[in-house]
Amino acid sequence: MSASTMLRLESGLSRRGFLRVSATAAGGLIVSLYLDFPLLAQAPQAKMYPPDSFVHIQQDGKIVIQVNRLEFGQGVQTSLPMLLADEMDADWQHVVAELAPAADVYKDPVFGIQMVGGSGSIAHSFQQYRELGAKTRAILLAAAAQEWKVPATQCRTEASVVYGPGGRSAKYADLADTAAHVPVPENVPLKNASDFKLIGKDTRRLDSRPKCDGSLKFGLDLDLPGMKVALVAHPPIFGASPKSVDDKAARSIPGVMDVFEIPTISRGTAVVVVADKFWTAKQARDCLAIDWDFTRVEPADTAQLWAKYKELADTPGNVAVSRGDLSMLDGVSAANRIDAEYEFPYLAHTPMEPLNTTIRFDGDHAEVWAGSQFQTIDQIAIADTLGLKPEQVTFHTEMAGGGFGRRATPDSHVQREAAAIAKHCKSIPVKLIWAREDDVQGGYYRPMHAHRIEIGIGADGMPLAWRHVIVGQSIVAGTPFASFLIKNGVDETAVEGVADNPYEIPNFSVSAHHPTVNVPVLWWRSVGHTHTAFVMETLVDELATRAGTDPIAYRRKLLKPDAKKLRGVIDLMEEKSAAWRNHLAEGHAAGVACHESFGTSVACAVDVSIENKRPKIHCVTVAVDCGTAVNPLTVESQFQAGVSFGVSQLMAKGAITFKDGHAEQNNFDGYTPPYMVDAPVAVDVHIVPSTEKPSGCGEPPVPVISPAVVNALFRLTGKRYRTLPLLSL
Amino acid sequence: MVYSDRAIRGSSAVLVLIAGLAWSSTFSPAQSTSQKGASTTREAGLAAWEQVYSVLTYPRCINCHTATNYPQQGDDRHRHLFNVVRGPGGKGVSGLNCATCHQSANADSTGVPGAYNWHLAPLSMKWQDTNDNILSSPEVCRSLTDRSKNGSLDGPGILRHHEQEPLVLWAFQPGRRRDATERSLPPLTHEQFVAATRTWVKAGMPCP
Amino acid sequence: MQTYKLMVNGQTREVTVDSGTPLLWVLREELKMTGTKYGCGISACGACTVHLAGVATRSCVVPVSLIGDRSIVTIEGIGQDRVGRAVQDAWVTEDVVQCGYCQSGQIMSAVALLKSRRNPTDADIEESMGGNICRCGTYVRIRKAIKAAAQQLA
Repeated sequence: MSASTMLRLESGLSRRGFLRVSATAAGGLIVSLYLDFPLLAQAPQAKMYPPDSFVHIQQDGKIVIQVNRLEFGQGVQTSLPMLLADEMDADWQHVVAELAPAADVYKDPVFGIQMVGGSGSIAHSFQQYRELGAKTRAILLAAAAQEWKVPATQCRTEASVVYGPGGRSAKYADLADTAAHVPVPENVPLKNASDFKLIGKDTRRLDSRPKCDGSLKFGLDLDLPGMKVALVAHPPIFGASPKSVDDKAARSIPGVMDVFEIPTISRGTAVVVVADKFWTAKQARDCLAIDWDFTRVEPADTAQLWAKYKELADTPGNVAVSRGDLSMLDGVSAANRIDAEYEFPYLAHTPMEPLNTTIRFDGDHAEVWAGSQFQTIDQIAIADTLGLKPEQVTFHTEMAGGGFGRRATPDSHVQREAAAIAKHCKSIPVKLIWAREDDVQGGYYRPMHAHRIEIGIGADGMPLAWRHVIVGQSIVAGTPFASFLIKNGVDETAVEGVADNPYEIPNFSVSAHHPTVNVPVLWWRSVGHTHTAFVMETLVDELATRAGTDPIAYRRKLLKPDAKKLRGVIDLMEEKSAAWRNHLAEGHAAGVACHESFGTSVACAVDVSIENKRPKIHCVTVAVDCGTAVNPLTVESQFQAGVSFGVSQLMAKGAITFKDGHAEQNNFDGYTPPYMVDAPVAVDVHIVPSTEKPSGCGEPPVPVISPAVVNALFRLTGKRYRTLPLLSL
Repeated sequence: MVYSDRAIRGSSAVLVLIAGLAWSSTFSPAQSTSQKGASTTREAGLAAWEQVYSVLTYPRCINCHTATNYPQQGDDRHRHLFNVVRGPGGKGVSGLNCATCHQSANADSTGVPGAYNWHLAPLSMKWQDTNDNILSSPEVCRSLTDRSKNGSLDGPGILRHHEQEPLVLWAFQPGRRRDATERSLPPLTHEQFVAATRTWVKAGMPCP
Repeated sequence: MQTYKLMVNGQTREVTVDSGTPLLWVLREELKMTGTKYGCGISACGACTVHLAGVATRSCVVPVSLIGDRSIVTIEGIGQDRVGRAVQDAWVTEDVVQCGYCQSGQIMSAVALLKSRRNPTDADIEESMGGNICRCGTYVRIRKAIKAAAQQLA
């Protein structure tokens, strides 16, 4: 989801919200935030569900804060509670974070669904969580004031205690009963940044210790009494169905409960094995003899797709943006033009925790446990599959071992599989697991893309005309997101980062083709920016080289005057990397790149050499402007880890290729993410000081690293790299 | 179980060795009684060597006789995945030893080969160059017979190594891959390999 | 199906399973010890790393029939060890984890390294940790935490 789209949505919304306060039977205070946002004009009205709690002050002083998004590494289970706890003046040592179940009240205030994605967690819930904290504090102050019969203005709060005149004090936990009956104020002022105790300070994650001692349970770790494990034999070509299934051998394995068929989202059929344990289910699935009918499905083939994509790239597509006059390109001589073709493969997300969902269906109710990025969408899909209303589906959000977009599926295909299995195994809890092979071969990849660019260079070395054609499957076509993300036949997620680029190019056009391919596709951390930033930042580098200008200076010259945040990060990056950039070791080179995505501006410089015929990244200096950095330690973590994740695109085995309709890779041996040796050795992160509203850090680290590295490689090998992954240097 | 009682095998191997030594001393080249007899022995020895060479350079053997700081794997002898390295003693490094995955027997249920003391041959016993190209027959022969490189083994020692070393025996029963297919076998059986080695050793370990 | 006696974190445990069952699934499903993780099943990622007779071992590829009487230490038990505790503490102090799913394996590998190298160099760290995948990419902080733990243990 692009930042520019989000901004357009915000201005169209009206807000109405109120806090409801109640006491719990066990004592303590529950504060609910009941939001009633009319959704996007074109989207259906959000259903109203009973309000749930955000803050629970327990009798023992523990403050349990509900996090309205999945925690899958990005740190929200710490940074969102920080916002609330700071405004509330809660004792941070007693704060406990929980991942909220699926419920209306936990929906993203901007998008109107419960979700994590688009790097929007802090950006969208910054105000929301602060308000919750401030109002909770106000209620507690009022309660103390009421009990002491003093004006609230004479009281103050600190670390879960209210202090009043005459040396009085009361713990939040002890005020809960009174506070439950205090009317919630409509508007409460928020703290000035100068009064922040937590916000803006390095704060260690709340979930560290249990993730280091094996005690934290991920979705895959759940165990319920009587639980079975399900593995699915998916059609090797998407959408196919079996002609026949020989399950005699499978059924004869002790511990196998059943073998049956379920429909798949691509209108095919899959075969399910349900057994008492994973290993049993795996043995059983391995000895299924399935004769598949491939006659009615199209088998994708990478070589054929490239041929088709290149053909399309040579013709104009649906127009995303067009200004000026591109016809001048036809007259430009070779000396003054760049003609470039770029190729990007399918990418798999492969989060470390394989996809899984645990579910039990009892006929009139279902209970689900899953690490989902799209809880309310999944809840609706499960209800639909089971013939229930969404409120009859209790959906627990589990801690997830990574996602990078894979756990945010508009079609909820994994949850629908789980629901179909639960329907068959009525009243038996079943854990559906996608083994790693299922994951690598199961589709929902970052689409393949071809780019074709023609640039006419002016006498001053700056681009005068720029014609850009992008070919790639549409990610949002056929989903509810299409209604506002596809304009004039262009999927905005395919052109973001190019269509809205910050460079001054007077004659500029971007158009796109979205072929239909029998391979499901999905957003992969930073979406369109994964390929568009690579193209932009390598071409700008090439233009700089042609102009005989330093790449940093060239960008300063080419950037639009109002690209203030980008200019700011370029300045900071230049300053912080000057020492090593000016003293590069023998055989080392520097590369730079800058990019804005999801509202956050990033610039980086990398120190690269070639070791064992691969790029060795010795250090990365990153400058970032993300507005207010709620937890700078998290921002640093996101950028250190995010650029390491971004190296995925360069890995020699970092591509999913298709032959005979299915992926040729099936595990980490054939599709290999970066190991430690492939990742940068050192990453120093510098945050531009800011009091602006926060923008995201989940995706912005990813787009800049690949172009920066190949820009450095050019200085070592003299070659420009326009095909990813890097197979050879 | 692949390996029978080691003590019994050990003593029967000693018997074979004594017999072999007695046999070879009767026919050592320096003592050949006729010129024709000597050249047949050397020819036979060289022919036997080529048979031995064909096994040594087969993936099941040569994948651990690398000149680099990594092993190879597979019939295509690609660099062993997962960044495993030689380490001191050819046993990998702490955290990523050979024994981190390879146990003392094949794990057919998971597709990982295994044998007692799984480790790389020392660099002195490399049969490839640093570009992973297999060395020529003369080069491997010279390397194999160089006592400063081969762990101080003489002819009988080499024969014993080919007869008994668990990692050598493993090559002839290499187990199943992850996809349940059997790993491919060297061009000779173990018995044939030992016989060829014996012939070559009897001939005085001639090198081409 | 066979019965095996396993020594896990100092306790004798008995399990009855198919002999080809990898130790990983014995730990997770028979003994309900889910700290050791399933990431790939082909020893490529290291999330399943335990210590077997003191050697870092990828439990997803070791069938229970090949364990014998070797003692097993998992992430749940490594905190009882001085080096294990130092590594876990360093991981928390340096705020290493993101999603955390790979970190059981990372910690077990790091402990194996630090038990053999008091003061590992960058090259030592890269070699010993070189086979553990962190998809989130927390390698920079893993390096830092190993050095911090080494300092702590010195």
